Amino acid sequence: MSDENPNTGSAGAYWKENIRLLITLMVIWFVVSFGAGILFRDFLDQFMIGGFPLGFWFAQQGSIYVFIALIFYYTAKMKAIERKYDLDD
Amino acid sequence: MSTQALIYLFVGISFALYIGIAIWTRAGSTKEFYVAGGGVNPIVNGMATAADWMSAASFISMAGLIAFMGYDGSVYLMGWTGGYVMLALLLAPYLRKFGQFTVPDFIGTRYYSKLARTVAVICLIFISFTYIAGQMRGVGIVFSRFLDVDVTLGVIIGMAIVFVYAVLGGMKGITYTQVAQYCVLIFAYLVPAIFISLLITGNPIPQLGLGSEVNDGSGMYVLQKLDESLQMMGFGAYTDGSKSMIDVFCITAALMIGTAGLPHVIVRFFTVPKASDARKSAGWALIFIALLYTTAPAVAAFARINFNETVNNTAYTEAPAWFTNWERNKLIAWVDKNDDGVMQVAKGDAFAGAPEFTGETGPLGQQLLSNEVVADNANEVYVDKDIMVLANPEIANLPGWVIALVAAGGLAAALSTAAGLLLVISTAVSHDLLKSTFKPDISEKSELLAARAAATAAIFVAGWLGIYPPGWVAQVVAFAFGLAAASLFPAIFMGIFSKRMNREGAIAGMIVGLVFTFGYIFYFKLVADPAFNVADNWLFGISPEGIGVVGMILNFIVAIVVAKMTAPPPVEIDHLVESIRVPRGAGEAHAH
Repeated sequence: MSDENPNTGSAGAYWKENIRLLITLMVIWFVVSFGAGILFRDFLDQFMIGGFPLGFWFAQQGSIYVFIALIFYYTAKMKAIERKYDLDD
Repeated sequence: MSTQALIYLFVGISFALYIGIAIWTRAGSTKEFYVAGGGVNPIVNGMATAADWMSAASFISMAGLIAFMGYDGSVYLMGWTGGYVMLALLLAPYLRKFGQFTVPDFIGTRYYSKLARTVAVICLIFISFTYIAGQMRGVGIVFSRFLDVDVTLGVIIGMAIVFVYAVLGGMKGITYTQVAQYCVLIFAYLVPAIFISLLITGNPIPQLGLGSEVNDGSGMYVLQKLDESLQMMGFGAYTDGSKSMIDVFCITAALMIGTAGLPHVIVRFFTVPKASDARKSAGWALIFIALLYTTAPAVAAFARINFNETVNNTAYTEAPAWFTNWERNKLIAWVDKNDDGVMQVAKGDAFAGAPEFTGETGPLGQQLLSNEVVADNANEVYVDKDIMVLANPEIANLPGWVIALVAAGGLAAALSTAAGLLLVISTAVSHDLLKSTFKPDISEKSELLAARAAATAAIFVAGWLGIYPPGWVAQVVAFAFGLAAASLFPAIFMGIFSKRMNREGAIAGMIVGLVFTFGYIFYFKLVADPAFNVADNWLFGISPEGIGVVGMILNFIVAIVVAKMTAPPPVEIDHLVESIRVPRGAGEAHAH
């Protein structure tokens, strides 16, 4: 995902900051769906929230709520980063 | 007013609404035809995307599939929503900034190659036709089940409606019709869901009802009770699946990445004014989609509990009214294996294949079947999974207008998706093949005419596929997602995130991903004996539904290796990638 010849100036710094944010958010994306909903489901299912085994809840409800939050967080954060580098549209 | 009359009324009003919107918003230029003029409000676009995305399968079939798959159904829930995170974060804003009309436009320009564009067009047409055949079939099925018209006539009526608003209105007409269709379909989905949640748990919010106690005084949670009753009947627990972990992982990933690579979804983000609007719009799209997708697992569990309680060990003469109603439509059937007059539900098929009624009725009034009875299990009841959504209003004792609403909702879901797919097919033909490849000097007016002609031709092909569905249609829905994941997604992703990716790498990657995925699915679904299509024979235990992920990995590896060995892309491409990466200036980008 990296650049072979890094940009210089504000566009380059902007892009680096964007990539860092993307990696963080994509890790969360992976952890709530593939992690909590699939790989660690059996472990999480021993905990209950209400009538849901936790792993099952992540797989059929929770991951979707986190997905929405991730997109809106990214949208807001990117607006701020773009303003900082004066690259907003 | 009778339920039948109400259904005609609701479906008629909704059709009149769609056509009215199409006339009001008809497209006058290619830009309006392809991307609705590029000025659609992000929330409106999010709603249109949700309708575009949620097909007849989401509306009619998904809850039923989950009801019978339990935990394994999560692959659809996560797979068909998680892709929007990838779209919003990795693709949509950059493609909007790039600012042309189609996905092949991006691939052809970024990889400075007509061959790359043509490969992308082939992927796009294949993916979209696979998908649209199912939608037309869905239209026909809704007509035949609710309106008592023949499937063929149903498909023809559906074709006529889509023809009016897709050919006349283009993307602009489709966008605003999809907004209306979203409202119809979500209302039609939520009303019965709320009532069935009240019926089973006393909680009006289905998402919370799924985690609540059952309303029958037993003090047990919904999922707990479902696990217990299914295990007593010889099934596995609802909250446990039967698929292997690697298969669940790969199917989920293939559906997510495939979603992010589907051309008819991507193109919706070309219609908003700015790159930042593309992100926001993907977020709204997911909110509108999640309203249905978080409700579906609740509907699934409630419907399964209700089914177990009202059908299993019930005498046929005491069967609920919806049972006999839908028996007439062959969605449910009963064969009294042990001649006790009582319906037993257990694991296994009651009889071979779909029900074939002899036309005679048995001593208790049940439809007799000519199918070969499967004797090695105790199951006596055949259920079409679609019934879990279609019979909901009757199960919850809702009035006739709710049934009419569900009919209109199912049609809205099928028509909105069909229209979106038709548009990308016609755009690929008129814009990518005709204008960009064969006849660059074509005038705006002729291109618009060509787009309309291509849309018309595509409607006829889709209708024909809907009336005479080749056996492979149901078998190869996995094609669309697997192929999108293995071919288009990596090419677009690397086009944005790697400046070094060149023409040779991208083309080699797309071809390898496409051929591998196509070959694997084709072999297991169409060539090999169905008995051979089991985990022991699969590569790493990955089913054909999930193999797109392996295709995608191969695509990445081949592309990176080939790009390393060949010349880097020219300097203009470097500038192009740099300009895509920053949002400023997207407003003017449509003016090429």
